[in-house]
Amino acid sequence: MSAGVGVTPPLVPPAGAADAKGRVRTAGSADAIAEAEPRLVRGPSRRRRSRVGQVLAWIALTVLGIVFVYPFVWLVSASFKPRGEVFDNRLIPETFTFDNYVQVWQEAPLALWLLNTVIVTVLAATTVTISSAMVAWGFAYFRFRGRGALFGLVLATMMLPGAVTMIPTFLIWNALGQVGTLTPLWAGNLFGSAFYIFLIRQFFLGLPRDLFDAARVDGANQWGVFWHIAVPLAKPVLAVTLIFEVQAVWTDLMRALIYLRDSDTFTVPRGLKALVDAYGFGGEWHWEIIVTASVITTVPMIIVFFLAQRKIIDGVASSGLKG
Amino acid sequence: MTAAAPSAAAGAATPAARRPGGAEGPDASRPVRSRRPGSWWREARPALLFLSPWIIGFLVFTAWPMIYSAYLSLTDYDVINSPEFIGVENYVAMASDDKLLLALGNTALFTLMQVPLYVVVSLILALLLDRAGRASGFFRTVFFLPKMTPPVAVGVLFLLLFNGQNGIVNTVLGWFGIDGPAWTTDPAWVKPGLVFMSLWTVGASVIILLAALRNVPEMLYESARLDGAGFWRTAWNVTVPMISPALFFIIVVNTIAGFQTFDEAYTAFFGSGNTTYSNDAALFYVIYLFQQAFGFLNMGYASALAWLLFVVIMIVTAIQLVVSRRLVYYEGDRK
Repeated sequence: MSAGVGVTPPLVPPAGAADAKGRVRTAGSADAIAEAEPRLVRGPSRRRRSRVGQVLAWIALTVLGIVFVYPFVWLVSASFKPRGEVFDNRLIPETFTFDNYVQVWQEAPLALWLLNTVIVTVLAATTVTISSAMVAWGFAYFRFRGRGALFGLVLATMMLPGAVTMIPTFLIWNALGQVGTLTPLWAGNLFGSAFYIFLIRQFFLGLPRDLFDAARVDGANQWGVFWHIAVPLAKPVLAVTLIFEVQAVWTDLMRALIYLRDSDTFTVPRGLKALVDAYGFGGEWHWEIIVTASVITTVPMIIVFFLAQRKIIDGVASSGLKG
Repeated sequence: MTAAAPSAAAGAATPAARRPGGAEGPDASRPVRSRRPGSWWREARPALLFLSPWIIGFLVFTAWPMIYSAYLSLTDYDVINSPEFIGVENYVAMASDDKLLLALGNTALFTLMQVPLYVVVSLILALLLDRAGRASGFFRTVFFLPKMTPPVAVGVLFLLLFNGQNGIVNTVLGWFGIDGPAWTTDPAWVKPGLVFMSLWTVGASVIILLAALRNVPEMLYESARLDGAGFWRTAWNVTVPMISPALFFIIVVNTIAGFQTFDEAYTAFFGSGNTTYSNDAALFYVIYLFQQAFGFLNMGYASALAWLLFVVIMIVTAIQLVVSRRLVYYEGDRK
């Protein structure tokens, strides 16, 4: 259900992946290994890459990379410019100033917004990962009649636009007296999310079943097999789930618009929107404040991403994506 | 497939509700049990422990909201007074709602422009990354970063970088002698501008396609080479068919997401005190729905709008599925 409007998860092709583990460690992931340990794998069957083609690719990537990085650099540099110069297109500010940061800190409770966002993000991402893994395990390991139909239902919910459930869900939280609190922003995640259930199930299906049956024979109970054997093995795909959800929740605007009322409960996207309304559209035109707040609120995500990026990308590559 | 949904889940969920506390019973005989009638419960019980979060969540946050939303769409409801049943009036009203038609048209046009460009750009980036050798790790990080930027900040960037007078986009176009349009204020250029801005966040699709490219068996390229196929022929006859499931997937997911576009456009064009920027050209469907629901508190009408969106997305997805039968190649014989 949480794969609603805010989330545009990069999904997985419907095909395959069930026939995983053994086959994966062939052509494709040789690259992954080679990157992790540059000197380890340099097999003769490496991809058809001519030297010239590679250099051309580098040149094209560099040009495109500059296009992709430019907005960040511009944003950061604008945050150090005085009000009158924000719109000049210099990358190095003509007049360098920290005033914007001081002013933003006084104008807006950014620390509180960041704290709220961290709370929501941590709760949402951990709960959705654990619950989705549980459900995925239920579908991957157990055999019972109706399993296929039930799983089909899980997939069908992915197609449902968030807008359809938006209003009744609001009414539920309203009836529970939770509107105006942070609860509605994460508590729905306690019940798992169809996309992650699908992703993790694909991964579980690729693990050798004998392992789990052996653990059962050795006396592990159902929960023990799941928690002590399946979950540790699934770390790569769980890391993907975690990071996708962190990204989705950190940037979620619509739920924050619907449920949050007072400035001191705002999350970062909601707070930024409030700043845009007040300083961008409010006739004041203090774009330097908005720009600076954007920098402050984007940087934590960038750091998280840098720390996690190998896990994300290798996880995506090794989880549900063998087409 | 959704019509059958609630009943099927209800059937499966009833046992979960009856489940006694622990449910960790001894069932060592599981694999060799015969299929007596009534053994379903014993068979499914251990699974239901694990499935219970989803079943509860489905009933509370999907099935019930769907039913209630369908009911609300037949009412006049402002949250304060209780819903008043008005039959299909909301649906009739939609036919003569000019704003709705505008929003639907805007959304369709935006999606139609955005999805093909998005797919082409992510494919190009993925192909380049696939050829970049060891540098690909660095570059894929670069291309993924924008995905991590809050859409509100992306909306802000759009207003500033695409600014008609002194935005960098028009400055760069000026170098080539092109007089750039007023992206943020000229109704004809607002949607193309948003499309270009959205290309900045292709990172996730790029990574999916890259993963798919790396799983194309080397063998196929070797035999294509032996058969004397050139670069384009190999790309068209080997690469594209082999990654077509991933491509198809990206198309479907982005189309669905395109119809639900909200954050960036809402940030850049709507908000309190915003009159100058308020622009019909950026009125997307979900923005209109959101305004109706939480701005004007027309919960009944907004529910009807949500169901229309659902139908539209279903139809578009169904068309894509039918078309894909002929075009998507699935390796092996998969169920």
